[in-house]
Amino acid sequence: MAKVINIQPITRIEGHARVAIHLDDNGNVQDTRLHVTSLRGFEKFIEGRPAEEIPRIVNRICGICPWMHHLASTKAVDGCFDVVPPPAGHKLRELCQVMAHINDKILHFFFLAAPDFILSPDCDFSVRNVMGIVKKEPELAARVVKMRQLGQVMLERFAGRALHPVAGVVGGFAKPMLEEERRQLLEDNRTLLDFACYALDYAKNNVFHQYQDIIGSLGTITTGFLGTVNHVGALKLYDGQLRLMSPDGQTTDFPSESYLDYLAEHVEPWSYSKMVYAKCWDQKFCMDLNKPKGIYRANTLARINICDHIATPRAQEALEEFRTHFGRPAQATLLYHWARLIELIYACERSLELLAEDDITAPEIRTPAEPKAGRGIGHVEAPRGTLIHDYETDDNGCIVRANMIVGTTHNIASMNMSVKQAATSLIQNGVYDETILNKVEMAVRAYDP
Amino acid sequence: MTLTIRVAEEWLHSCSGCEIAILNTGESLLELLEHLDIVHMPVLMDHKLSGQLGEKEQLTVPEADVGIVSGGVANEEHVEILLEMRKKCTTLIALGTCATHGGIPAMANEWPMQQCLTTVFSTPSTDSCSVPDQEVPLFLDRVYATDEKVAVDILIPGCPPDPDTIKHVLTALIQRTEFKLPSKSVCDTCPTVRKGKGETDKVRRFLDNADYRADQPPDTMRCLLEQGLLCMGPVTAAGCARHGAPQCITARVPCRGCFGPVRQKGNQLLDMMNALASNGIDFKSLIDRKSLLRFSGAHGRIRKRRFKVKGIRQR
Repeated sequence: MAKVINIQPITRIEGHARVAIHLDDNGNVQDTRLHVTSLRGFEKFIEGRPAEEIPRIVNRICGICPWMHHLASTKAVDGCFDVVPPPAGHKLRELCQVMAHINDKILHFFFLAAPDFILSPDCDFSVRNVMGIVKKEPELAARVVKMRQLGQVMLERFAGRALHPVAGVVGGFAKPMLEEERRQLLEDNRTLLDFACYALDYAKNNVFHQYQDIIGSLGTITTGFLGTVNHVGALKLYDGQLRLMSPDGQTTDFPSESYLDYLAEHVEPWSYSKMVYAKCWDQKFCMDLNKPKGIYRANTLARINICDHIATPRAQEALEEFRTHFGRPAQATLLYHWARLIELIYACERSLELLAEDDITAPEIRTPAEPKAGRGIGHVEAPRGTLIHDYETDDNGCIVRANMIVGTTHNIASMNMSVKQAATSLIQNGVYDETILNKVEMAVRAYDP
Repeated sequence: MTLTIRVAEEWLHSCSGCEIAILNTGESLLELLEHLDIVHMPVLMDHKLSGQLGEKEQLTVPEADVGIVSGGVANEEHVEILLEMRKKCTTLIALGTCATHGGIPAMANEWPMQQCLTTVFSTPSTDSCSVPDQEVPLFLDRVYATDEKVAVDILIPGCPPDPDTIKHVLTALIQRTEFKLPSKSVCDTCPTVRKGKGETDKVRRFLDNADYRADQPPDTMRCLLEQGLLCMGPVTAAGCARHGAPQCITARVPCRGCFGPVRQKGNQLLDMMNALASNGIDFKSLIDRKSLLRFSGAHGRIRKRRFKVKGIRQR
């Protein structure tokens, strides 16, 4: 008899979602849906507010990546008020952003994703979690907890708050960096870089090697990719131009200001999350596994695919090794994890690079702003994908209209497709168990939604 | 510590920041975990509300000694989960300002919920569509704090809440001892220099940095309210101070009230108007006064604007 398997909620992810797997009379998968069940309406309730306040409001969109919303918003307000931060203002923002990437990646890989691998996908659900890792590998767990905490404390000491930050302000940054702060951050960041390199080695030896089969097949689909690069095609997280890659590897670069010409958001009546697609491919939108239309992915694997190179040595070395194994673009969904750890190394190296720059301790950190009518589009690469904030202000500098394209939404369509691919290949003739349902979730977890 | 307590955790209309705050107990987390038997917590473990095989019709939480809920209540599913948490948990904790006072998402209470949805689904990048309404939880009329829907035993505000406070409360619950939550205001924990009154009678927008010496600690900086910046320290519950000063003050940025009112039932808007008056500052110089309730808009504090619809004035 036809029935619906309701995986509610999808667990060990950051957001609120469930998966419904519709089985036909023979117990085979007829359809699957990933329902995003939450929506808060930020685009409405920031209307009428003074624009300079918005970076302190929209950081609450996401408690895991508040720095990303905070900074994309700060850049958008810079645009509205037509103000250019001094070089150190931008550098301090970027430093905080890449440091936030470090914490995010440690959290996702070790706390959320790794239990599926370190404790194996088929162990009992009650131990398949970070508490299980604490029991099975106490030394690893202790080190991971310590490193994540170090990252949080570094941000907190320097920028006041690690979570729901306030130090990014229109025109620049709220406080300069002192020499002793720089020295301490350099030292701590070196510790994090060592850990990042260890993390990738650990994962190569204990996860990716053992689970080659699953990694090569689970939730795998063929799509395009979106990310950010600089003028020579190097991976960037804080600024640069957007690069859209089609499934065959062709790329188009464009400034984030013209995002409306390239991207659009599709809406399904059964999910509160929009699904961003490549409008510029002129194919419209379709999630059919055999002939998808307009579908591309964002987040770590996308960025690793679209960049020509990475400008820091250890991450570049890791990228080259990755490409020798998987080519470019790599399509296997679970490779998001591998790409995430490459980016972890990049984020550590980039922090060290920024801290080594002479003018990062410059006292000029903020250009005073005047409220006025204008439009500003700010973009950064959030851990979950390209993040765009687009605001318009009135003469008093208050928001009249806002549009946001949030990282995870680029991957909603792809996650739906990966869920369908995984469920269809794993569930046949009505036979399924907890392990199989967890594998379906693993296809979602790779995207870190 | 030798006892163990069973814990269930859920997030409702929230951002996951409260869960990160729990993880930010850091190395204490590992000690805590030895005494916590986590039976349900979507962000960290795989217990399913719908059953492990996705077969249950009703959302079910296991029995627990302590329940922790973050986020406000905005849709039918939030209500269902919150009621289930209340039913199954002996002690219920509302964690974070969304759960205690509505938090930032309750800013939406100024508009009919449907209007918020319509705006979100009609932005310039969105294909023309109607608002999703199939197989997704339907919205309530506004965003509620958790204690408007069920009895809550412990309220821990903060956006995010302070990890040390979380640890303090959980430890006390494990050891069955007393605990104490901060009862003062942010100002009471702020080291900046106060002279009683500033030299200005207007609030200035935060478009340029405060006046301070970067190489000196915050205890040499003049009070930001006395500098004419809107700082909500006087009307905001304490609890955020780490490294010797309230966190925003460490960043040299004024407080915006993220721990909610000093007294649970206080009104940050009215209290702040009083605070401005007693500092000789004209509250009319403040634009967007409703923003004073940006963290505490539940409990009917933020009311819907009056809209003219077809010639009839409606609430």
